[in-house]
Amino acid sequence: MKYSYYPGCTLRTKAKNLDAYARVSANALGIDLEEIEDWQCCGGVYPLGSDEIATKLSSVRALHAAKEKGQSLVTMCSACHHVIKRVNDDMKNVEDIRTRANNYMELPEPYAGETEVLHFLEVLRDKIGFDELKKKVVNPLAGKKIGAYYGCLLLRPSKLLSFDDPENPTIIEDFIRALGAEPVIYPYRNECCGGYISLKEKEMSKNMCEKIMESAEGFGAGMLITACPLCLYNLNKSTGARLPVVYFTELLAEALGVKEEAEKEVQA
Amino acid sequence: MGSEKKQAEMMKEISGVNPLKCMKCGKCSATCPSYNEMDIKPHQFVSYVINEDIESLVNSKSLWKCLSCFACVERCPRDVKPGKLIDAARQMVVRQKGQDYLLADEIPELLDPELPQQLLVSAFRRYRR
Repeated sequence: MKYSYYPGCTLRTKAKNLDAYARVSANALGIDLEEIEDWQCCGGVYPLGSDEIATKLSSVRALHAAKEKGQSLVTMCSACHHVIKRVNDDMKNVEDIRTRANNYMELPEPYAGETEVLHFLEVLRDKIGFDELKKKVVNPLAGKKIGAYYGCLLLRPSKLLSFDDPENPTIIEDFIRALGAEPVIYPYRNECCGGYISLKEKEMSKNMCEKIMESAEGFGAGMLITACPLCLYNLNKSTGARLPVVYFTELLAEALGVKEEAEKEVQA
Repeated sequence: MGSEKKQAEMMKEISGVNPLKCMKCGKCSATCPSYNEMDIKPHQFVSYVINEDIESLVNSKSLWKCLSCFACVERCPRDVKPGKLIDAARQMVVRQKGQDYLLADEIPELLDPELPQQLLVSAFRRYRR
């Protein structure tokens, strides 16, 4: 299974482990993640204005690079996934944006949203299958009670992201189950951590993260997992790491018995 | 920025939202995690656009409290997308000269060793041009 891979800015800086755990796990599962060349930062948040064109071009370039190789484009970070998936929808369905973006791009053939965008969790669910993943687990995480923290970016708006049910998602719980651990379902798992508000309004983000932690703790979670570096930062920063918060790829690497390999890579 | 009418048109154009679809059920405000911090609440925001009171919106604290979490967009039964209207108002402010909400000079003292790059690029995109 070969895919184009878009790591994103934070996976090469503060979230190197999110990336390294993912790549060693992908290897162990026979998934070939080919990093696209010269990718640029997606910008972190989707530009909401319907007249925004230039701010979408880095995503269009990544999408086009995958199209050239005839591959689907895999993302790891929730924010990159959100931005690239929505820009792809614009390129496919919004004629004005498609025309104006292509005017900048000067491609041999206009890009019109042909690339399939998949979050790595979707690859695990839809391409590998959680039953198959379960068979590859060498180190089941038995006895661990884990809360999935979805946040906003993977789920909403659900019509465009079509990732899972936006109010009652199951994908990360099924992932946790496949690794041999026990998922803990708690009400705040799809509530916002505050996102970028934590730069200038730390108190606001703190209040939101405390509610999330309280909710997870109250339902018996021993740890939280996320796919988003900003959620991880906000949850750790605002709650003094009441519960450990780790990337979903760390648990995956642990269950597949390749965690140390990834850690060596991060230290190197 | 021209007359209030013109500004209201501009806001509708940038957001792509038709505020007249709103049936004033208040679900957007009920679900908004920033509700307590906002001076003009999400459901009121929609009414202000209908009433073409744009001056109040561009001076509202709410612009800088919205998280773009899309809870209001997801849960609106009429597909009005209040979050997109709030972003359009924010854009109308920061697209003017000297109206950036985040200055490069402010950054150093906001940093800490764990802060992810994602936070900086996201804030730059929402708070300035």
